[in-house]
Amino acid sequence: MNNKIKRIIPQLLTILFVVFVFGFFTFNAQVNMDNRGIDFGFGFLKQEASFDMQFTLLDYDGQDSYLWAYVVALLNTLLVSFLGIIFCTILGVIIGVARLSSNYLIRNSAAWYVEFFRNIPLLLQIFFWYYAALRALPLPEGAEPWFGVTYMTIKGYYIPAMIWQNLNIFMYCLIAAVVSIVFIRTYAKKLQEKEGKQLPLLYISLAILIILPGLSFLVGGVTLNFEIPVLKQLATTSYIYEGGVRLPPELIALVLALSLYTSTFVAECVRAGIQGISKGQKEAAASVGLTPNQILKLIIMPQALRIIIPPTTNQYLNLTKNSSLAAAIAYPDLVLVFAGTALMQTGKAIEIVGITMLTYLSISLAIAALMNWYNKKIEIKEK
Amino acid sequence: MRSISFNQIQSKNPLTNMYLGSFLLAISIFDVLIYAFFNTNILSFLPSKLSTFLPLVLGFIGLGIIRMEYSGIAILDKLNKNINTNNFNALLTLLIIFALIKATPPSLSWMIFDANISGDTKEACTGTGACWTYIKVWFKRFMYGMYPNDLHWRINSAFILVIALGFVGYFFKENMKKYLALYYVIIYPIIAFLIIYYLISGGSFGLVWVETGAWGGLSLTFIVSFFCLIFCFPLGMILALGRRSNLPAVRYISVGYIEFWRGVPLITVLFMSSVMFPMFLPEDFFMDKLVRVIIAITLFEAAYCAEVIRGGLQALPRGQYDAAKSLGMGYWKMHIFVILPQALKLVIPGIANTFLALVKDTPLIFVVGLAEIAGMLALAKTNPKWLGFAMEGYIFAAIIFWIICYAMSKYSYNLENKYKTER
Repeated sequence: MNNKIKRIIPQLLTILFVVFVFGFFTFNAQVNMDNRGIDFGFGFLKQEASFDMQFTLLDYDGQDSYLWAYVVALLNTLLVSFLGIIFCTILGVIIGVARLSSNYLIRNSAAWYVEFFRNIPLLLQIFFWYYAALRALPLPEGAEPWFGVTYMTIKGYYIPAMIWQNLNIFMYCLIAAVVSIVFIRTYAKKLQEKEGKQLPLLYISLAILIILPGLSFLVGGVTLNFEIPVLKQLATTSYIYEGGVRLPPELIALVLALSLYTSTFVAECVRAGIQGISKGQKEAAASVGLTPNQILKLIIMPQALRIIIPPTTNQYLNLTKNSSLAAAIAYPDLVLVFAGTALMQTGKAIEIVGITMLTYLSISLAIAALMNWYNKKIEIKEK
Repeated sequence: MRSISFNQIQSKNPLTNMYLGSFLLAISIFDVLIYAFFNTNILSFLPSKLSTFLPLVLGFIGLGIIRMEYSGIAILDKLNKNINTNNFNALLTLLIIFALIKATPPSLSWMIFDANISGDTKEACTGTGACWTYIKVWFKRFMYGMYPNDLHWRINSAFILVIALGFVGYFFKENMKKYLALYYVIIYPIIAFLIIYYLISGGSFGLVWVETGAWGGLSLTFIVSFFCLIFCFPLGMILALGRRSNLPAVRYISVGYIEFWRGVPLITVLFMSSVMFPMFLPEDFFMDKLVRVIIAITLFEAAYCAEVIRGGLQALPRGQYDAAKSLGMGYWKMHIFVILPQALKLVIPGIANTFLALVKDTPLIFVVGLAEIAGMLALAKTNPKWLGFAMEGYIFAAIIFWIICYAMSKYSYNLENKYKTER
């Protein structure tokens, strides 16, 4: 009896405390909103947004609703995160491996790269790229082409646009190729376990991946054309490139800063993962008679990935959250468009900040859940 | 030992190899050096494509000739072992050396030789290099924000006092040691707050009132990160204990709190503190923007702090808990006297890392209109008298932050090593 009370009282007090805090805040919010004549509700999402966005992936103009603005802005956030994750992974793996190089110069260059980019606040890096480095680029009329068809100018990076016909058929072929590769891989694994035969999986997968989508061009009537940006004079001193796709400098600065900054953390994860495998594993595998390729594929990588992936996903999550710094250089991401412009226009502080936070929270929780599932799957099953 | 490979040119006499190889290597490096520093191409008599790649090729061959298993010459062996183990490594080595040589003259001339530091106006900057005059003129603004110039001594002395008080713990007598935690967790924050409030804010003791809107620059970075650290630590400790508690309500509330704050970006938290938080306060209650921001960052960092401390709690062997319980200690007694002292010692590096992240996060308060160093830079950048010096400003700020953060990360690394050996 005494024990039960001992357990219940602290819990009750905690719950009471939380309820009290929430109640206090809700009461105040109620009073404040009544005084200012604001009402709580999400009806505003259907209203006309009437502001413009500089850069969108989907069609959007001022006549669309706030809800659509939210979706478009969320996509912009996801675009930055996606690009950042790809680049930071590539860079991070290279730097992480370089940190373990036997070459003194490479090892130390990589170490200084990590120390340098890790110890400068991300916001300053974004500002540096956006306000200092990218402002030094040439004007559109003075830009030299890169790779012949792309132009890096102060107004952004102009790249050729892809114009597809029957894109859906191409996509179906691609999906079919991926699915068949998965099937062949499972079949090959079974075959190896049963009969010890090995199929040249890499070549087969590559062949399927090239042939199936390639067929769609020949048979399915898919065509791909490139629209190359062309310089056009608007006024005597004002030039612009027409056609193609413009990647705005905000996006470039953001992706650059995010991937450079996060790559240092990814590099540390990769290094820790590779160092975490004892030398004996490699030697044991070699003494069993595996080839160096097989050692890497069957012994080292599965174990290293087990160490590398969880902290790296954490870094991806950080990158996604850090992409909200876009607001500081006016890249139209979720925070700038929704928690900035939309909030100013509607004055619905609680709803809008709440939605924004919930969005990020659900992205985080979704990735965390995925991570937990993955961890369970790869965890060493001890008996 | 390594097997003999065809790319390794063998010779009976290592000295011949060494002289030949070093000569080729020296020529290639000399060529790049001359080209980078004096802009004259000594190989210009060759076709342009060839003269670009010749140093690389020469250096590559030179390194190839030098490479040998064992020469008996200490310096050569060291070189071979460290930068010249195979063709690929040799190539990378050369590329890195050449890149360093190429990058040195332009950066040196921009930062030092062509740079200006004299004068007080933009017109003094005539060179093609950096304009450090800009930094010199704005230096006080970058450090103290819009704080009145003749009152800067107040910020300085407040910082000195607070730092000095932080070291008081070192001089505690042996019989006072048990109050150390009490001092750092409760008394020190209160004293520090009072010092900063009365000295920097002013308003009493004959000091002029300076509103928080005028605070700024690097000193604001320190103030914000200092307060956030000392407040988020106790809160994080409570949350960590809550998460490890066996009372479901306490545990779920702690988990909910931690996961919530860890799931949202700091920038939205700051937005919340500036636009949403005032709605949650009683009508006639006014809270300063700086205070709101500090509360928001504290709540945010406490979640990260809690996770770090939880790591320390989990790392303790079960036996510690069992032993404490078998002595008849209750929950609080066990934690205060047995568990926490050991766990906190374990997490010092983790806490240092959290603090590092906190310092790197503080420039973000710029987005809610507090002019700390990033904010002052933005202000200076748009000043019509000083347009066009964004680069210098950001490089200056980056150097300052880099020094602070690098020193802290090295310190935390040292701490980590120190405690690693003790266990």
